[in-house]
Amino acid sequence: MVTTSTTGTGTGLRTGAVTLRIRAREQVADGVVALTLEHSDGARLPDWTPGSHIDLVLPEGTVRQYSLCGDRWDAHTYRIAVLREASGRGGSTYVHDELRTGDRVGVGAPRNHFPLVPSQRYLFVAGGIGITPLLPMVHQAELLGADWQLLYGGRTRASMAFREELTRTYGDRVHLVPQDELGLLDLDSWLGTPRPDTKVYCCGPGPLLAAVEAACASWPPYTLRTERFTAAAAAPVRATPFQVELRRTGRTVTVTPDMSVLEAVRLAGADVLSSCEQGTCGTCLTPVLEGAPEHRDSVLADHERTVGDCMLPCVSRSCGDRLVLDL
Amino acid sequence: MTEAPQRPVGPPVSDADPFAPDALEHPEPLHRALRAAGPVVYLTRYGVHAMARHEEVHAALTDWQRFESGSGVGLANFRHEKPWRPPSLLLEADPPRHDAPRRVLRELLAPPALRRLREQWTAAAESLVGDVVCAETEFDAFTELAGAFPLRVFPDAVGLGPDGRENLLPYGNMAFNAFGPVNDLVEADAHRVGELSAWVNAQCAREALREDGIGARIWAAADRGDLTHEQAPLVVRSLLTAGVDTTVHGLAAALFAFATHPEQWQRLRERPELARVAFDEAVRWQSPVQTFFRTATTDVRIAGVLVPEGSKILMFLGAANRDPARWHDPDRFDLGRDPSGHVGFGMGLHQCVGQHVARLEAEVLLSALARRVERIELIGRPRRHLNNTLRSWASLPVRVHTAV
Repeated sequence: MVTTSTTGTGTGLRTGAVTLRIRAREQVADGVVALTLEHSDGARLPDWTPGSHIDLVLPEGTVRQYSLCGDRWDAHTYRIAVLREASGRGGSTYVHDELRTGDRVGVGAPRNHFPLVPSQRYLFVAGGIGITPLLPMVHQAELLGADWQLLYGGRTRASMAFREELTRTYGDRVHLVPQDELGLLDLDSWLGTPRPDTKVYCCGPGPLLAAVEAACASWPPYTLRTERFTAAAAAPVRATPFQVELRRTGRTVTVTPDMSVLEAVRLAGADVLSSCEQGTCGTCLTPVLEGAPEHRDSVLADHERTVGDCMLPCVSRSCGDRLVLDL
Repeated sequence: MTEAPQRPVGPPVSDADPFAPDALEHPEPLHRALRAAGPVVYLTRYGVHAMARHEEVHAALTDWQRFESGSGVGLANFRHEKPWRPPSLLLEADPPRHDAPRRVLRELLAPPALRRLREQWTAAAESLVGDVVCAETEFDAFTELAGAFPLRVFPDAVGLGPDGRENLLPYGNMAFNAFGPVNDLVEADAHRVGELSAWVNAQCAREALREDGIGARIWAAADRGDLTHEQAPLVVRSLLTAGVDTTVHGLAAALFAFATHPEQWQRLRERPELARVAFDEAVRWQSPVQTFFRTATTDVRIAGVLVPEGSKILMFLGAANRDPARWHDPDRFDLGRDPSGHVGFGMGLHQCVGQHVARLEAEVLLSALARRVERIELIGRPRRHLNNTLRSWASLPVRVHTAV
């Protein structure tokens, strides 16, 4: 824990698109690199909870989602771990081959579709890189004094990120199952008997999720929680300016990549109330009349994002050339 | 941010009592003195540290890692003292235990979730304002509007039954007094603690809540396992404790502001879309919640001053909201100002989870008034009601001039 330094940077929270610097890049397993991200001015990052992910906006505009797997008690860095997926859509290849310490990447506010809910007991089931959201969860389960076990499968021992850290810290609560040594996870013996006092958290490749869902079919509702990243065909993020029309005011402003929509509309004279300016409190929610917002907040649910009739201009931007706001 | 290995110096000290009647009635002189004294001041009377400047208050509220809430956000330190009631799962908790209750309430009270209330509350505000200003042009704007409107809409939204709602304001008054020292204000409530707590606790039960309200949705979240069934009633209790008095006195602050600043009222009438900004400016200017404590989780050095681990720190939200280093002409109530960034709702992960509810109530009430009333003026001395935490009111006698 930090015991010196002044209390943060006051109101120095950045507005606008959040660009973070890669502070460290580390090979943590075969085919897996971990990135540590920070503000170049050392400011605090938005708070997060275990199970959260961030959008990583790569320099050429593609967006990928990665679970946060660092320590939330460190308010100044995020950590993600990225598996090289040869058959993937290019994002992981870019992270592995191009990104270096000191590079900058765009980051959205943390969102959590996979929150750790209260329970006396947890069974965490990880497949491969699916360990990432579960890593902060096991730490949290330990802090809460819950009774927990982690079942962690991977192709080979060397491909399993954080295995040493896990076994060193948590000992026999952690069950490593490298497939080439021990075969597939024995889900029947772990999940065969429903335990109403246990929540099951699973993250991993599709076949593992399907197998765990099948094995938990007779468990009480809401005991199984899974995380699956759907490869949504998100349009590349634009790195070029766009226009925002303030319909009621009758003005149009240009939003350049270095400024937020909120800053731009304020310059045009709109009175938009805000508070956190990190996409987390929801105060600046503004109706969208035309155009497609590119959401980077942590407030709107997926279905609200899809409707696209409102946005948080402190962090969110535009997919297209033009947005019309009810301002 | 440089970390010079300097020996920590002692903070400036003050023997002022921020909970004395004079200071509660007129906090501004004390706020000025504390801001001037330094970024951190030691209050000898209570053996606590204090912050009154915007920069430090904002930073400390955000820094939950070093300034915890779980030891209580009042003067009592739960590490050594027994809380007067089971602690709040939100206000008086830290991560990780804070996470699940916060998430459930945050989703239920987020702006998109409140859309279904807007139409209903707009009609309720029209109806209340119509009744009040048609009946008479002179009335008490505190009791007739600020004190009445939240009680017309919020308990229904939560799903409370019709009986006993008169207990809500006294319970909140008691709970907010309890964050201060055991002074006359706390003693004055003492005989009602058992009765009021019993009533509030009874309303938090599933059976007491209507099926379509926010309270029932909290219980439904427990059925889905997002909370435990033991947590659900305490989360409902948070709505009932923190959701009524605060809004009442926030609305009263706005009405007081407009009654004393007729040119700002004209501005709102010309541009009704300023209602949201107006309410936040009133919250900045009056800070209905004046103070909250935090507790240092580690030795923290602030501008060279060591605040030892375990120390209570009194955050002066009201003083931060009028810090001239952050706000131009801070004592002025001004709709031309952007009040964004005020700490009247707190900041960081404990920031008021009901802030959007309060803003919606204020927006519909001020808009309804602005449509009907050309001018509001005071016709008597406004009277404060003293509370250890809330900047609250007893009476706002006004005359209104209705629009033809």
